[in-house]
Amino acid sequence: MGHDLAPVLELRQVSRSFGPIEVLHGVDIALQPGRVHALIGENGAGKSTMMKIMAGYQPPSSGQVALDGKPIAFASIGEAEARGISLIHQEFNLAEQLTVEENIFLGRELHRGPFLDKPAMRARVRELLAALDCRVPPERRVAQLSNSDKQMVEIAKALLRDTRVLIMDEPTAVLTRAETAVLLRQVRALRAAGTAVLFTSHKLDEVAEIADDLTIMRDGAVVWTGLAAGMDEHGMATAMVGREMSDLFPPKDSTPGEIALEVTGLNVPGHARDIGLTLRRGEVLGVAGLIGSGRTETFEALCGLRPGSGRVRLFGREVRINHPWQAQALGMCYLTEDRKTRGLLLQKGMRENLTLQALAKFDRGLIDTRAEDRALDQAIADFDIRGHRGALVGNLSGGNQQKLLFAKTLLADPEIIIIDEPTRGIDIGTKQQMYGFIRRLAAQGRAIVVISSEMQEVIGLADRVLVMRHGRITGELAGSDATEEAIVRLAMGVAVSAPQQESAT
Amino acid sequence: MTDTTKAPIRLSMSVIGPVLGLLALIVAGALLNPNFLGWDNIVNVLARSAFIGIIAVGMTFVITAGGLDLSVGSMAAFIAGLMILVMNSALPALGVGIPVVLLGMAVALAGGLLAGLLNGLIITRLGIEAFIVTLGSMGIYRSLVTWLADGGTLSLDFSLRSFYQPVYYSGILGISWPILVFALVVVLGEIVMRATAFGRHCAAIGSNDQVAKYSSVRVARVRLMTYAGLGLLVGVATIMYVPRLGSASAATGVLWELEAIAAVIIGGTVLKGGFGRVWGTVIGVLILSLISNILNLTDFVSPYLNGAIQGAIIILAVVLQRESKAGT
Ligand SMILES: Nc1ncnc2c1ncn2[C@@H]1O[C@H](COP(=O)(O)OP(=O)(O)OP(=O)(O)O)[C@@H](O)[C@H]1O
Ligand SMILES: [Mg+2]
Repeated sequence: MGHDLAPVLELRQVSRSFGPIEVLHGVDIALQPGRVHALIGENGAGKSTMMKIMAGYQPPSSGQVALDGKPIAFASIGEAEARGISLIHQEFNLAEQLTVEENIFLGRELHRGPFLDKPAMRARVRELLAALDCRVPPERRVAQLSNSDKQMVEIAKALLRDTRVLIMDEPTAVLTRAETAVLLRQVRALRAAGTAVLFTSHKLDEVAEIADDLTIMRDGAVVWTGLAAGMDEHGMATAMVGREMSDLFPPKDSTPGEIALEVTGLNVPGHARDIGLTLRRGEVLGVAGLIGSGRTETFEALCGLRPGSGRVRLFGREVRINHPWQAQALGMCYLTEDRKTRGLLLQKGMRENLTLQALAKFDRGLIDTRAEDRALDQAIADFDIRGHRGALVGNLSGGNQQKLLFAKTLLADPEIIIIDEPTRGIDIGTKQQMYGFIRRLAAQGRAIVVISSEMQEVIGLADRVLVMRHGRITGELAGSDATEEAIVRLAMGVAVSAPQQESAT
Repeated sequence: MTDTTKAPIRLSMSVIGPVLGLLALIVAGALLNPNFLGWDNIVNVLARSAFIGIIAVGMTFVITAGGLDLSVGSMAAFIAGLMILVMNSALPALGVGIPVVLLGMAVALAGGLLAGLLNGLIITRLGIEAFIVTLGSMGIYRSLVTWLADGGTLSLDFSLRSFYQPVYYSGILGISWPILVFALVVVLGEIVMRATAFGRHCAAIGSNDQVAKYSSVRVARVRLMTYAGLGLLVGVATIMYVPRLGSASAATGVLWELEAIAAVIIGGTVLKGGFGRVWGTVIGVLILSLISNILNLTDFVSPYLNGAIQGAIIILAVVLQRESKAGT
């Protein structure tokens, strides 16, 4: 690469195996101070593994990690951190029961004599959070934070250290656009201060926006590296996936049939009020809105996952749903946005996870494990799940976990499927597959709700879009009316047609 | 490219650890005392293991599903007391014979089931920690049995005792009933844990109850069933236990809960739930009873140190579990 600066941190011909399987095959990467380096690739390409090696979380099986040009073997994560290398994980790494402040200072608390110096820590935390435009009180428990606030806390934690190299694994996957903008601003500030930044993202527009250098991976090897300016989004997608990318969204060609779901006056205490909607077979209904607008809670309540009240009719029949298994028995399933803590058993294998939701299908008094294996073969083929079959699900790459979660829910054969953030952390090639899959489910006559924070996704996929704000539906957009601008207006509450003044929730 | 080959089956320390421990004890016992491997001693050890063993099988399910039950020891004592009272008072009407024994057994099973359901209902409906609920019911049953016995001992009517005794002392082909029942419970337990939806659901709930809930598992019902099942097995164990001594007192079943929990953990079931194996529990029970048996047969170490050795083994088992986990 044509830069004059010497790299701070490098991988030289690094390979890494887990058991008998090699997942990184001799990769090279070099991070320069004061530059933002983006690492992109399909799910399971090895991005997270590479980052963990760079930050001392895992040793390479062969090859070298070099810091300031000199080979180094980090004895521990602490050592890498002490040398100014911080990694923010793809999955949150916070102590849920501690406060924001305690998390940020965890392991590096300030002392005055034998006691904690709370005022000093609080002041520092406020400063850090203010710089991140994050309005969370330092004494709030992390368990009570939204995903995006958690991400900000993670970043604040890394910034607390004198970080020369900041490595972020999909930092924006759980952030809204506005929050992403804040993060990118922070990244620019770090770059200006001379920090070397490495990040991954499946959102290629972000990559194009902020990266100086770019490395593209496929199947555990680097396939392209160079100046980010030398690649447009289309080129990135093609290089990542290894084939020419056609249209991301499939045509909306299904015809709406009978009414599948009819909701009136649904109230979810503390989250949503007076929700009404209808959904037909063959239809994909998009639900847009800012994070915190009550979308997830509304549909969780609908499926009996949290308390709520209102009238619900499924296929014309009035029903009461108090538990998720009742919803499933009636043909309605909710696919969670939170695959790590609500979606999958990370300590179990793929097979047990896949069949958990539809175990009755395999129950012949005893469980038919052969049928389970066949179902897993089928799911692996249908969804192109990559990973070692015997691996714990917690060791699958994030995107492959998402695909498994999808397969798991569909195994229960629901007629009405509510999918919350279907493509979070999924690579662009797989996204295209997922969209195709969702449309095909609609064409089979199923009724589908897609909740998404990615506006392009809602617009490209849905026949109609509902927009929520502060726990209420503020509008419905169909066809060519569903534009980003219109959605943003309804989501932010500046629409002309919006009801007078929403009562503060 | 998806790798479709199966993961090689690795014998981790958590699998072979307990087995090796058991073998070591057997070898040590045989070397220290020639009578150790004698038929009488083996049958004796197994029969004594049966009570704790039957309870521990039920406990395996409770722990696997992320729960705990501290009340089983006092529950057993209470059920034993109740059984004796009912049988004694039905004796004049029914006379010594099979009907009165069947009545006693029915009382034990129903009492165990109810007690387990009660624990389970409070835990699942009111959402209170299993530790607290069962700590409470442990105190309640212990106090109830003391009250029933008026601070002394409840004894089965003498004529009835000699009629009922064969349930403990005799059996088929020289294998006594407690051993046979224990074996049956173990085989059924292993199948249920390993191969049924219920066993799968227990592991899922213990592993992450949120995931189980979002996967449409009937979490509360499965949990309730683990406690009810354990209560029922406590009833079964009591049926085997009463004919042995023919009495119940405040001292009956003391510390059984801890022995059962210890056996489960030594056997490789994870204390915080998510993974359990019934055969491991059997090994755990055998290890615990062999230790006291060997100490009794030899005068190498004082039998009073029994508890210390058992305690050390429990800690060792957990250390081995941790290491095998870190190694994956
Ligand atoms: N601890 C582990 N044990 C076994 N296999 C692992 C482990 N960690 C990662 N792998 C495997 O290594 C491969 C690369 O995973 P990695 O998480 O690095 O992918 P990724 O590029 O970050 O994907 P994603 O975009 O989905 O996050 C995957 O096939 C994964 O299953
Ligand atoms: Mg990753």
